[in-house]
Amino acid sequence: MTKVTVAEEWLNSCAGCEIAILNIGDVLVDLLVNNLDFVHIPVLIDKKYFGQTGEEKELSIPEAVVGIVSGGVRNEEHKEVLLEMRKKCQILIALGTCATNGGIPALQNMFSDEDLKQFYYKDSPTTDPADYPTEHIPPLLDKCSALDEFVKVDLSLPGCPPHPDWIAGAILSLLDGKTDYRMPERSVCDACPTIRESKKGIEDIKRLYDGAEYDPEKPLNEMRCLLEQGLLCLGPVTHVGCGGTKGAPNCISARVPCRGCYGPIRKSAKPLVDYMGALASIGFDPNKMLDRRGYLCRFSGAHGVLKKLG
Amino acid sequence: MGKTLNIAPVTRIEGHASVSIHLDDSGNVSDARMHILSLRGFEQFVLGRPVEEVPRIVTRICGICPWHHHLAANKAADGCLGVELPPTGRKLRELCQMMAYIPDKILHFYFLAAPDFVLGPDADYSVRNVVGIVGANPELAKKVVHMRYKGQMMLEKFAGKVIHPIAGVVGGFSKPLLEEERKEILAGIQELKDFSVFTIKFAREEVFPKYLDAVKILGVFPSGYLGTVRPSDGALELYDGELRLMDQNGNYDQFKYSEYLDYIGEHTEPWSYGKFPYAKKWGQLKLDENDPVGVYRANCLARINVCDRMRTPLAQEELDIFRKNFGRPSHLTLLYHWARLIELVQACERAEELLNDPEITGREYRAKNIEPRAGDGVGCVEAPRGTLIHHYRTDDNGMVTMANMVVATINNNAAMNLSVKQTAKALIKDGKYDQGILNRVEMAIRAYDP
Repeated sequence: MTKVTVAEEWLNSCAGCEIAILNIGDVLVDLLVNNLDFVHIPVLIDKKYFGQTGEEKELSIPEAVVGIVSGGVRNEEHKEVLLEMRKKCQILIALGTCATNGGIPALQNMFSDEDLKQFYYKDSPTTDPADYPTEHIPPLLDKCSALDEFVKVDLSLPGCPPHPDWIAGAILSLLDGKTDYRMPERSVCDACPTIRESKKGIEDIKRLYDGAEYDPEKPLNEMRCLLEQGLLCLGPVTHVGCGGTKGAPNCISARVPCRGCYGPIRKSAKPLVDYMGALASIGFDPNKMLDRRGYLCRFSGAHGVLKKLG
Repeated sequence: MGKTLNIAPVTRIEGHASVSIHLDDSGNVSDARMHILSLRGFEQFVLGRPVEEVPRIVTRICGICPWHHHLAANKAADGCLGVELPPTGRKLRELCQMMAYIPDKILHFYFLAAPDFVLGPDADYSVRNVVGIVGANPELAKKVVHMRYKGQMMLEKFAGKVIHPIAGVVGGFSKPLLEEERKEILAGIQELKDFSVFTIKFAREEVFPKYLDAVKILGVFPSGYLGTVRPSDGALELYDGELRLMDQNGNYDQFKYSEYLDYIGEHTEPWSYGKFPYAKKWGQLKLDENDPVGVYRANCLARINVCDRMRTPLAQEELDIFRKNFGRPSHLTLLYHWARLIELVQACERAEELLNDPEITGREYRAKNIEPRAGDGVGCVEAPRGTLIHHYRTDDNGMVTMANMVVATINNNAAMNLSVKQTAKALIKDGKYDQGILNRVEMAIRAYDP
């Protein structure tokens, strides 16, 4: 069997998606030996952009059948690398919520870069005030974007990080010649085993430090829904998948509420609006919610969702 | 007119960096720099968030060591809200910190660093990688992949999520450890401990001896060191203790986390987004590899240098061997790889100790009745890549008004630059260089595991 060539890149990212690829586990060795030929992946392989001795002028990435890109687009180099990946790869996978929706770093879209640099290079209590660096580093773009704001994406695997089940599923499906792999468009609640009683009566939303009420000796399906306990759980407006193809949601397993790390359930969803309905269903006045944008758009600030106000 | 070589991207590291090497007319190195290419702004965008949420946001600074950001942030948030932890909550956090260390160090040694040593620095890039390791020693490679995976999955099963964790909460931990979970994890940790002891012995006997000549020259320069020690006996601490900042001759200051502003400053250069932390009391930072001023290093070699002893017995035996060979402090940069494995042994042994502590399965795992308040908190842990400091201030409603972070790898920014410069100057002469030489420049960076 001929191997499938794969190129991987990370942009405005943290390496969590790459660790998630490694967390495919024992079968990874067989995949590497028999099925996948990584021609470019900076975290593991020393393929360079400007030739192996660094003398070429143009950035170049080898051609591959499958391209995987994690991270959003935040600076000129990210953009250049993304365009090159699109040009050289037949099928482009957006891996992780940063790539699909901007992820946590897109929270910066609520602020100006001037504010950020002012603190980071001048006001921070450890820092000797200095001019902002500008030499030999890629200039920042005006915001943090998802990949599909610049290029066509063929397959989206959101998640922070994506569960290895979905990564392996997509890879195996591609090896099978199928290019239509899709994660189910359902909510975290659809995979959540906790008890919902649909009773109203929550006056005050609890803060995260208040914690859930549960008996640790008993399984998740004997714990009351965390939203119904008055904890802000973003399950109703969050894309399913964190527990993999079969497991319970990760946060619920740790007995803490969901924070939305798989992004909205579908592209057209409006979590800021939709969640108000979820809060109203437990009897809570949505206008009393603290830091609405910081909760409801924490992972999805690209696509113009988060902007600096006023 | 000279020329510039651009090593981009720097590979087999965690972040985004490039190296530029400037050659003069005669082909010798006039300067060499490592550029940090990204600026994401965590200090900015946690402002206005409830402080108890920050430990669930700053994890994304690093997907390889998210637990350490998670725990340092929880400590800082505990400080802002004035929370005292019950002992079980504290110990569960420390257990997770140890369990997070184990796969991280296996990953670095075998996946990121070993290709340079096992396949050799001059091997072609297409084989000088983890796939090449699989080809060279398939049985060991399978074992390595399995052990790293096992370490990750044990932590995920207990704490819900291993990459970008969630189970640390202000006031302690979100769930207790049940007795059956404890037994299962203990068995796994014992297996990982055996593998760790095998790994350091393998490295000490079969890998490092071939490179002792390179160790003596590559990336070497004198510097200070920063790490955490147990106040009672100066033992190496990974989770909690006091900071010790040692100068290049072995003299040191020891201080509490909350005093970090008295000792650590940050300098900016025009050619890197990353700042350059330095030891304030030693004078203004000078990036000169022959006569550095203010430069300290962090991460494992630094911790091994500043500590008086290891905290656990097998790790202590390894420290004895290390010191007999290299003294204290040792400035040999490639010894980071060796020091990393000594810490791997301690992480396994300390996890085992915690799992044998009756309090670990206690039922008081999180503080109750926490209220928002205006406060100031400095949270610190030793992350695999170095001392990690999160410092937050809050308003009356517990919302973040200031966040300052000195993250692990950035502590080594000055040091990595000096190692790059030193290596490039030593190896590139009269315009002669090749892939292998440029890879050695990267090896000087990889030692720091940035």
